[in-house]
Amino acid sequence: MAEIRDVVIVGSGPSGLTAAIYTARANLHPLVLEGEPSSTSDQPGGQLMLTTEVENYPGFIDGILGPELMSNMRAQAARFGAEFRTVKATRVDFSGPPHRIYVGDEEIVAHSVIVSTGARSLLLDLPNESRLMGYGVSTCATCDGFFHRGREIAVVGGGDSALEEALFLTKFAEKVTLVHRRKELRASKIMQERAFRNPKIDFLWDSVVVDVLGEHAVEGILVRNVVTGAESTVPVSGLFVAIGHVPNTDVFRGQLDMEESGYLVTQPGSTATNVEGVFAAGDVQDHVYRQAITAAGSGCMAAIDAERWLEARGDADHDIAETPRNW
Amino acid sequence: MADNITILTDTNFNEEVQGSAEPVLVDFWAEWCGPCKMISPVLEEIGREHAGKLRIGKLNVDDAPDTARQFQVMSIPTLILFKDGEPAKRLVGARGKGQLLEELSAFL
Repeated sequence: MAEIRDVVIVGSGPSGLTAAIYTARANLHPLVLEGEPSSTSDQPGGQLMLTTEVENYPGFIDGILGPELMSNMRAQAARFGAEFRTVKATRVDFSGPPHRIYVGDEEIVAHSVIVSTGARSLLLDLPNESRLMGYGVSTCATCDGFFHRGREIAVVGGGDSALEEALFLTKFAEKVTLVHRRKELRASKIMQERAFRNPKIDFLWDSVVVDVLGEHAVEGILVRNVVTGAESTVPVSGLFVAIGHVPNTDVFRGQLDMEESGYLVTQPGSTATNVEGVFAAGDVQDHVYRQAITAAGSGCMAAIDAERWLEARGDADHDIAETPRNW
Repeated sequence: MADNITILTDTNFNEEVQGSAEPVLVDFWAEWCGPCKMISPVLEEIGREHAGKLRIGKLNVDDAPDTARQFQVMSIPTLILFKDGEPAKRLVGARGKGQLLEELSAFL
């Protein structure tokens, strides 16, 4: 039988890496399945890998770059002995403990599991949107804004991420049109003020994108006013989609309790899921706050919850944590 | 950097890629692109493991904007596989090693 690990952490955003730092310092020798590279936010390092300046993570007076913050967290966890594998869990069997996680045919067995797979960007779900993804359609302003220097582009969405993208994109684009389905934004006041002050940003209120136009690359978008029903074409070279997030929980369906929207359900005041020994932290169980710092905080909670759970079971013998136990 | 990884610029692109006997997988990337950094070690591994059959070319779009424009790169990372000097396969967006190898299997 495969070695039974004390803790396996699935996902490597702020919650997963904070859980890794804490469980590694507790000598639980965590294994982190950090995910596989991708250009959506479902990837090693999580959503911050697609951002630039992070201004609200405490401890960095002048801010820090998202990818840099994540590589620091990873190095910090590695320093305490966390083990990393750049793979994605393809299937889980949480009928234990011990629980089983599969990477293809490979089986990984663990007494406790911390699920921190986060959330990824929602798309508009238009046929031409997927066809032109990477040819003007993007969910990553920091990756693709550069290619729209001097051009006109559009951003869809009305939250903080949409405004962050719009503001960032004004560095390159001549004009940024923000398309939002309501008459007011749900973004924070400070972001709204910055966006309203920026002369390069135009707002199309009460409007939805109904089609993306262009043969080989984006040439425009078709926008419908939801109040009047009128449709109009906006010529743009890029469309950046920031309409919200969906949790990465497909692999846990039927195994863990989740809300209809897919977010995992944890017990109030704890990170415990409905399955003994399985804990959830970060955006995968939080559609309310969704901040790097709240994700990190709940990752710390999950680590402590897992450690106490292991102790209560008598499975975690910290002095010989590196010796595999078989039964 | 591994031996079979070539740094490509606007000036050496034709010579290195279009004049190459082996297929060249060109990685259009930039310092400020998170997903680009994530696939970098994967590409180095693939380059090592398939030495003699495939070369890896790294093209920084900040340093070589003309070539990026010539191949209509609008999103990074973009990987273009050049066979006999011609683009034969284009992959937009980062992916894991397994998926990359699968998509490149016809050329390896």
